[in-house]
Amino acid sequence: MRGYETVIGLEVHVELKTRTKIFCSCPTDFGAEPNSQVCPVCLGLPGTLPVLNKKAVELAVRAGLSLNSSIAKHSKFDRKNYFYPDLPKAYQISQFDMPLCTGGYIEIDSDGERKRIGITRIHMEEDAGKLLHRDGATLIDCNRCGIPLIEIVSEPHMSSAAEAVAYLKKLRQALLFAGVSDCKMNEGSLRCDVNLSVRRPGEPLGTRCELKNLNSFKFIEKAIEYESKRQIEVIEAGGEIVQETRRFEESSGRTFSMRKKESQSDYRFFAEPDLPPLTLSGAYIEKVRASLPLLPDERVRMYKERYGVPVSDGEVLTQEVEFADYFEECARLTRYPKSAANVILSELLGIIGPGDSLYRIAPAHVAAVCNMTGDETVNSATAKKLIRLMWEEDFDPEERVAREGLAQINDEKAVRAFVISAISKCEKAVADYKNGKETAIRSIIGKAMGESRGRANPTVVASLVYEELQIL
Amino acid sequence: MNITERSLKDHALALRRGEYSAEELCEAYFSKIQKEDPVRYSAFLDMSHEVTVKQARRADRLLRQGDAPLLCGIPYAAKDNICTKDLKTTAASNILRDHIPPYDATAIELLKKQGAALLGKTNMDEFAMGSTSKSSAFKETANPKDKRLTPGGSSGGSACAVSAGLAPFALGSDTGGSVRQPASFCGCVGICPTYGAVSRYGLIAFASSLDRIGVLARSCADGALVLSAICKRDKRDATSLSLSLSPDECIGGVAGLRLGIAEELFSDAVSSKVKDAVLKAAEVYRSMGAELVSVSLPSLRYATEAYYIISSAEASSNLARYDGIRFGSRSGESASSMDEFYKINRSEGFGKEVKRRIMLGTFVLSAGSYDDYYKKALSVRELVKADYRKAFERCDLILSPTSPTTAYPLLRESDDPTAVYAEDLCTVSQSLAGIPAVSLPCEKRSAGLPIGMQLCGPALSESLLLRAGTAYEEAIK
Repeated sequence: MRGYETVIGLEVHVELKTRTKIFCSCPTDFGAEPNSQVCPVCLGLPGTLPVLNKKAVELAVRAGLSLNSSIAKHSKFDRKNYFYPDLPKAYQISQFDMPLCTGGYIEIDSDGERKRIGITRIHMEEDAGKLLHRDGATLIDCNRCGIPLIEIVSEPHMSSAAEAVAYLKKLRQALLFAGVSDCKMNEGSLRCDVNLSVRRPGEPLGTRCELKNLNSFKFIEKAIEYESKRQIEVIEAGGEIVQETRRFEESSGRTFSMRKKESQSDYRFFAEPDLPPLTLSGAYIEKVRASLPLLPDERVRMYKERYGVPVSDGEVLTQEVEFADYFEECARLTRYPKSAANVILSELLGIIGPGDSLYRIAPAHVAAVCNMTGDETVNSATAKKLIRLMWEEDFDPEERVAREGLAQINDEKAVRAFVISAISKCEKAVADYKNGKETAIRSIIGKAMGESRGRANPTVVASLVYEELQIL
Repeated sequence: MNITERSLKDHALALRRGEYSAEELCEAYFSKIQKEDPVRYSAFLDMSHEVTVKQARRADRLLRQGDAPLLCGIPYAAKDNICTKDLKTTAASNILRDHIPPYDATAIELLKKQGAALLGKTNMDEFAMGSTSKSSAFKETANPKDKRLTPGGSSGGSACAVSAGLAPFALGSDTGGSVRQPASFCGCVGICPTYGAVSRYGLIAFASSLDRIGVLARSCADGALVLSAICKRDKRDATSLSLSLSPDECIGGVAGLRLGIAEELFSDAVSSKVKDAVLKAAEVYRSMGAELVSVSLPSLRYATEAYYIISSAEASSNLARYDGIRFGSRSGESASSMDEFYKINRSEGFGKEVKRRIMLGTFVLSAGSYDDYYKKALSVRELVKADYRKAFERCDLILSPTSPTTAYPLLRESDDPTAVYAEDLCTVSQSLAGIPAVSLPCEKRSAGLPIGMQLCGPALSESLLLRAGTAYEEAIK
């Protein structure tokens, strides 16, 4: 609505891609039989103690470095105390006043302009279990208890649903590239809460509401749009926004009050006495930094500078880690890297289905096709055909071209023979052409290509057809 | 001489000489417990003849093979807050009334590896909160010297068992004096090792930053044998450290030892009888060549308050998991809300003292009082550590009473819990500082109750502590 601006900050929980849980050695696999991945530690049995998973720390540091945060050399864990049946110890081990990472930012594209969204902090914590409601009873599945998480808290720098989604997409992409998480919203490995308020421009921040239960980008968008409209309407009607947590309902697209601020718990945070403070050396942090792969933005820049791939194409290639890695491998193996980008963008991304991997075709084979096209050993039609065939069942394209005689015919004498044969078989088209219908030349060219079984160099064919028609 | 009167070391030698078998030894203790404990002491909770005998037979096999570990075949008792998968582990609370852990605590595991045989679990104050063992949900343990008196607490059952000759040694736990004070009341040795020296894995948490597993034994030499077997860095306890302790290092003289005496540990609250006995022990040390040095620990005047704030705060969090969902009787089933459900289960499952500490701990961590109480207590803790650091620049060990008084009547009722808390003044500061301390009996007098003296030293100074303790024991023999 005009006259108002929406102010949005996001809290994103991301599951770290470790093999085992954050404080014990239970596996973290998704979708296992309830309570099959538990032990005395993650069940919070009396007498058990947490021991910090080193890999989880490394992944959290990777996340921080990928998001331009500074990594604290000294951080600590705290207990967040509250009662809930899915929390076996009745406290969550989290980080309160000394998080692992502070600061940071993500750059998004907003209406064609680059906008920097600040990150306040990133801290580590353990996940809680899950309640299952079945036949009037409530059951507890503790498989998720102790799955390592990071919580990424943004500054309230976003002002629309589109910006929030752009931020999330960039965040997801960065974490995928850094190998921090699978970031699957449908499996809950990436979860997002939205803090939203509205104000007239220039005024101080309005009272915010927290939105929960947002399980897809689409729902996040819907919830933000609904909620900012709701808040503006309340204010316009002379009402006041109450600080509260609101639940998004997928079926209606609306948000409903869950709990008011006054009834929110006092978590009684205090330093976790079972874990010594976390100390990281500068050398360790630098080692992790050195092991980070190039991030999407840097790769797009690199593709343009090194291979001449346009930025818009680079952005498509970096949508998934696999696309980017695959392209880079092909690019390394061919003398025509830009052509490799084209093959991936216009051929492979057109036929790839959900769950498919580009690696169905060995990158060396795509590189070979690019080499043959670039060297004019095969023409583009053959190249296309080869790619499609290799997608069905991978093979060595050079060997196939040699064996089946698919090499492009560039020799003028040979091509002229196909052209003369075609002209003799296309009486009507020749007559049409002579009568001034210039487009008739196309069917003659097509015929000549056919005569060569698609192997003739199309440029040579076209110029010879024209030449022959002039002397007729 | 009745074999249950022998020292651990004697047993170890006798077992190796084949004087008696581990099974015979365990049977001797087991039948003594069965005969005497129910009528005189009430020190034991869960026991199993089958479990004990099985372990004893295994020990006999190891002994026959030769090269058996030091504690092989030695029976022992363990406080009921130390997890054992063979016996119930209740922390003397109704809320864990039938709890059998699926795993052994690391200390139990290490003793099992040695071939020691568990006789049973011992009574204690509920969740180790108390100094009389009376807050147990199950029974009242008596002092073996006089059954009308308290054995002290919270490891009262373990101290009683060792002093009464029902076990050659026992494991206890010490958060603010719970091994040392009952040892002093019952007249045995109580060792509270450096924080982290014995793994806490499997010790039911009361106050995690203060809890330690300790040893109750008939002498410092016996205690050293046990401690050397259970102090090991444990990868399951992130706060554990490595203390290397060889029992041989715990023998030797004290010539040249600088023994500190801190006025603050001899305050007016300490009875003159106790003061005199401990100062007399100081003279014994001087006669053995030790030098007496006076040191000052000014922050100790705040130590008891800081201790109760920190320990209760941690307890309120550690005990929150007993909510009736997995532990406790779940009598709140018909409650109308989740909060109500928790309230009913917890009101019913916990005893009065535990509830008092949970309330206190919840209060001091709450938004409005955190800075005034919890944060200040943490500052006091730092001051206490600094005081000890400074003191140990001037002396090697510090000598003090263990408790201001000797054992008092079980019937004593106090409606002022803070007055009872104040009696911990000699033991809480070492807990806050994480440093090791040993309580051992002052010179035996023909009549009268045992009086405990306490030696404490810097972190990981166990060998020196136990050497000084042994030297005193030898001197007064």
